[in-house]
Amino acid sequence: MELTGAEITIRCLQEEGVEYVFGYPGGAVLHIYDALFNQNHVKHILVRHEQAAIHAADGYARSTDKVGVALVTSGPGVTNAVTGIATAYMDSIPMVIISGQVPTYAIGEDAFQEVDTVGITRPCVKHNFLVKDVKEIAGTIKKAFYLAKSGRPGPVLVDIPKDISNQNADFVYPSSVSIRSYHPAQHGDMAQIKQAVQILLAAKRPMVYAGGGVILSAASKQLTELVHLLGFPCTNTLMGLGGYPATDKQFVGMLGMHGTYEANMGMQYCDVLLAVGARFDDRVVGNVEHFNQEERKIIHIDIDPSSISKRVKVDIPIVGDVAHVLDDLLGELRAINKKPDPQLIAPWWAQINEWRSKNSLVYKNSDKIIKPQFVIEQLYKVTHGDAFVTSDVGQHQMWAAQYYKFDKPRRWINSGGLGTMGFGLPAAMGVQLAHPNRHVACVTGEGSIQMCIQELSTCKQFKLPIKIIMLNNRYLGMVRQWQQFFHGNRYAESYMDALPDFVKLAEAYGHIGMRIEKPSDVEPALREAFGQNKQLVFMDFITDQTENVFPMVQGGKGLSEVILSEDL
Amino acid sequence: MRHIISLLMENEAGALSRVSGLFSARGYNIESLTVAPTEDTTMSRMTIVTSGSDEVIEQINKQLNKLIEVVAVMDLSEGEHLERELMLVKVRATSAVREEMKRMIDTFGGRIIDTSDETLIMELTDTSKKLEGFLQSIDGSLILETVRTGASGIGRGSRVLKL
Repeated sequence: MELTGAEITIRCLQEEGVEYVFGYPGGAVLHIYDALFNQNHVKHILVRHEQAAIHAADGYARSTDKVGVALVTSGPGVTNAVTGIATAYMDSIPMVIISGQVPTYAIGEDAFQEVDTVGITRPCVKHNFLVKDVKEIAGTIKKAFYLAKSGRPGPVLVDIPKDISNQNADFVYPSSVSIRSYHPAQHGDMAQIKQAVQILLAAKRPMVYAGGGVILSAASKQLTELVHLLGFPCTNTLMGLGGYPATDKQFVGMLGMHGTYEANMGMQYCDVLLAVGARFDDRVVGNVEHFNQEERKIIHIDIDPSSISKRVKVDIPIVGDVAHVLDDLLGELRAINKKPDPQLIAPWWAQINEWRSKNSLVYKNSDKIIKPQFVIEQLYKVTHGDAFVTSDVGQHQMWAAQYYKFDKPRRWINSGGLGTMGFGLPAAMGVQLAHPNRHVACVTGEGSIQMCIQELSTCKQFKLPIKIIMLNNRYLGMVRQWQQFFHGNRYAESYMDALPDFVKLAEAYGHIGMRIEKPSDVEPALREAFGQNKQLVFMDFITDQTENVFPMVQGGKGLSEVILSEDL
Repeated sequence: MRHIISLLMENEAGALSRVSGLFSARGYNIESLTVAPTEDTTMSRMTIVTSGSDEVIEQINKQLNKLIEVVAVMDLSEGEHLERELMLVKVRATSAVREEMKRMIDTFGGRIIDTSDETLIMELTDTSKKLEGFLQSIDGSLILETVRTGASGIGRGSRVLKL
């Protein structure tokens, strides 16, 4: 039977088992919205700004291991979406974005709401398509889902001109897909894996450094098993938190710019480094030359060959899906029936424990003023460490990463690569829709929340009982911290004057607002908020204005050149 | 170091901009880039002349391979290969210099393909280096225009870039 391009588009989403589409209608996608209206399988979540549609699809994808789907119109619909798409691209999040385009006959004529979508999104998608023939819609969408999810995941955009969505074609959804130029690696090279095992067995000062790839390839179980078997210390990147249980005794905390002292020192002074689904980015290793001053053998497992030896030269590259490679590593260790000698690494553990005893995350609490770290600790306690936590970008993000101990993957949802303020609330919407009966907390600041605050309206419409934990210090805190350290206390434009009354604001949107000003009120307020199962609660925590995030490795410095808290 | 990279890619609209966009976004150098369809019209063959440290060239190869529409990549400069570039040069050619120009282009193995009262157009196909040599050998003040295609490259013997 013949269907319109719009109907085909929606049928494709049904075939892919899509639960939710996050979007915003407009001229060029009206046929597609009409097709959505005429069915009940795919539910549409109407956001208030296209950036939020992408972040919500992103949060949905990060918390579920499914492909997030967004639908936006041409022109401004797409340009508004670009920040979200770039966010997903930097963190390798599987996503399909369907955008409307002006009719094929108008392309290139500067038509109303026309923008070169394929051109404008090219640098921030894994791939994109402009569909010029209604017969190609189904095959293209099939490819889009396959590309988004396979290999190193990422956002894929399908641009559909309005006339194409209104033409007719037979609908056949392809059962399989193959792209002759695209063959993502699955299994790593066995010879490399065997060599890696020998190096691991001989290590005296080993370190396991695991990133977002562990989460994306659902390899937490294998990673945990391997680290336990080896008896090595393990650190996670910001993107990898929850990939290894944070309460495990072999976990040394997050590493990098605001990582723990023991994680960063361990990274710097190890003799064998096993990097798993991580990419040695600038926020992780700081100054590469400084990092390279120490001799160490590096084994790097990554699905993307271009991530290997990009910033740091690697000795044993293993290209493959992290879960498969870890399975094979474990298999090899079992086959040869060997384990590292605990005696051999005992002095290294003693050294790590000495670094640990510095207690680099310690802060001086107060009974007069709310310390932001204290709020996160209480959040952890009240939610039993089992909430989904999204964040925006800045100090609050780092504190959430440092003080909320994630034991499970996909619980920590943040924009690590692009560092997108405004991510937290819309991402939380996607998470809450995917997990309607779970606690979802959005840890944010008074700067970030205002970048997508209009989504409080979406939360009302779809009855999303998100808990917004806003650490309100009346400053763009991370900017202020850098200005304090590196710009002679000149706080250029980092003060937020004329803030709204957030309690009233929340109420205006139909939610519950709470302002918390005393440390003794923090825990009871959180308990009260999380007791509200049906309502969004917006918690405005008035915190210490000038608290800094420690430890800190200044940009361009080495991992051992760390600034520790003055409270130590 | 100068590298000459050959690639096969899907002959699709926008594929070229993915490659050129990659080079500009990541700050890689492009000395020249040529592209045209192959005997299999679904595919184009591109030759890129670039330069960079070994690490940069390794990244260029990996990043090119990562583009979905790129079918195969070969760094021709890693082995025996040939490269050729076509150049057209128009010179101001009064009768006094015509003979000299003819002698020079003969020496370089090129030919004169058009003449007018005041001009000559010469065609020369060779390595990029030879073309530069030719331009340096003639009186530069006579050159009106030069048009170069950029290098095309191919591996020697059994080095074949094919799907």
